[in-house]
Amino acid sequence: MESKILRVGMADAKVTKSPGILTTIGLGSCVGIVLYDPIAKVAGLVHIMLPYSNKISDNSNKLKFADTGIEILIEEMLKEGANPKRLISKLAGGAQMFSSKINSDIMNIGERNVIATKEVLKKLGIPIVAEDTGGNYGRTIEFYSEDGRLLVKTIGHGVKYI
Amino acid sequence: MRNVDINRLNEIYLDVLKELGNIGAGNAITALSTMIGKKVDMKVPTVKILELVEVPDIFGSPDTVIVGIYFGLDGDVKGNILFTLDLDSASSLIWNLMGIEAKEEFDELEKSALEEIGNIMAGSYVASLSTLTSLNMKISPPALSIDMAGAILSVPAIQYGEISDKILFIETQFVEGERLIRGDFFLIPDINSFDLILKALGVEVNGEQNS
Repeated sequence: MESKILRVGMADAKVTKSPGILTTIGLGSCVGIVLYDPIAKVAGLVHIMLPYSNKISDNSNKLKFADTGIEILIEEMLKEGANPKRLISKLAGGAQMFSSKINSDIMNIGERNVIATKEVLKKLGIPIVAEDTGGNYGRTIEFYSEDGRLLVKTIGHGVKYI
Repeated sequence: MRNVDINRLNEIYLDVLKELGNIGAGNAITALSTMIGKKVDMKVPTVKILELVEVPDIFGSPDTVIVGIYFGLDGDVKGNILFTLDLDSASSLIWNLMGIEAKEEFDELEKSALEEIGNIMAGSYVASLSTLTSLNMKISPPALSIDMAGAILSVPAIQYGEISDKILFIETQFVEGERLIRGDFFLIPDINSFDLILKALGVEVNGEQNS
């Protein structure tokens, strides 16, 4: 059977079941968060841009933020038959694309996104089983809901499964 | 302070921003032309407003490799400038400037030449806007990244993401006759700086009246 590939854009999320594949292309300072129920083989991917929704005045798109993005993703996954107690997570992204000669607050947004993501997952009791975050380069990721592999592709920094 | 709502920018704002892009880019391209000793043609700038979801697709596929040269903008007007080139255009610029045929993996010297080209162009861009508006603007030193378009564009997108679900940018393309050079300038003022720029240019801001 042909596996269906679902593309997740910036501030966007998708949910699939085995053998579906979830991908997000060109992650920079944003973080791609994969949640997975390995028994039901239900997977979700959210591409967040900012740490917390309550720090921003205009938060009409809740998928922009780590906290609300993860919350919504879980809700969507439960509708597809995932069990919240079985969820595990994999993370990628959170790079600093340009060197820190410039304004630090904007430049370390990648790191702040990763920290916030981990805080939110910890609060929800969802273990992080693999991550490829930080650095100064972009990443394209593909998650295989059939077996839980996450492919991370880069320009000049290798290709790997985590 | 009254803020401009990006969702309600009307045609006048867009015309003003387009004109700013035109003047700024015109000066930047004159500087480039002087630098390489050749005539460079500029296309009419376009002001684009995109949903965040669409941003990574500006260069076609988000995994297209591009050169991005990034500057922080400070002073009265805050924000940032991103100057982007496709790889062929970056090679052409290096050829024009240094007379060497660059491979796609640029070495340190070539990267620093690209940074310097960006620096001179962005410097002229901002200087002309500063003169026009009488507002103080200065750019930070350049920072270069050669990577996936989506990853590079995530930086300005995040900055816009803090205030809106949309991103606004001014795109300017230019062409140098013998070898094609296509570059884009993204002037991304902070949302609070829009008001200031428009006022400095004598444009009435007809948003909400609660100041």
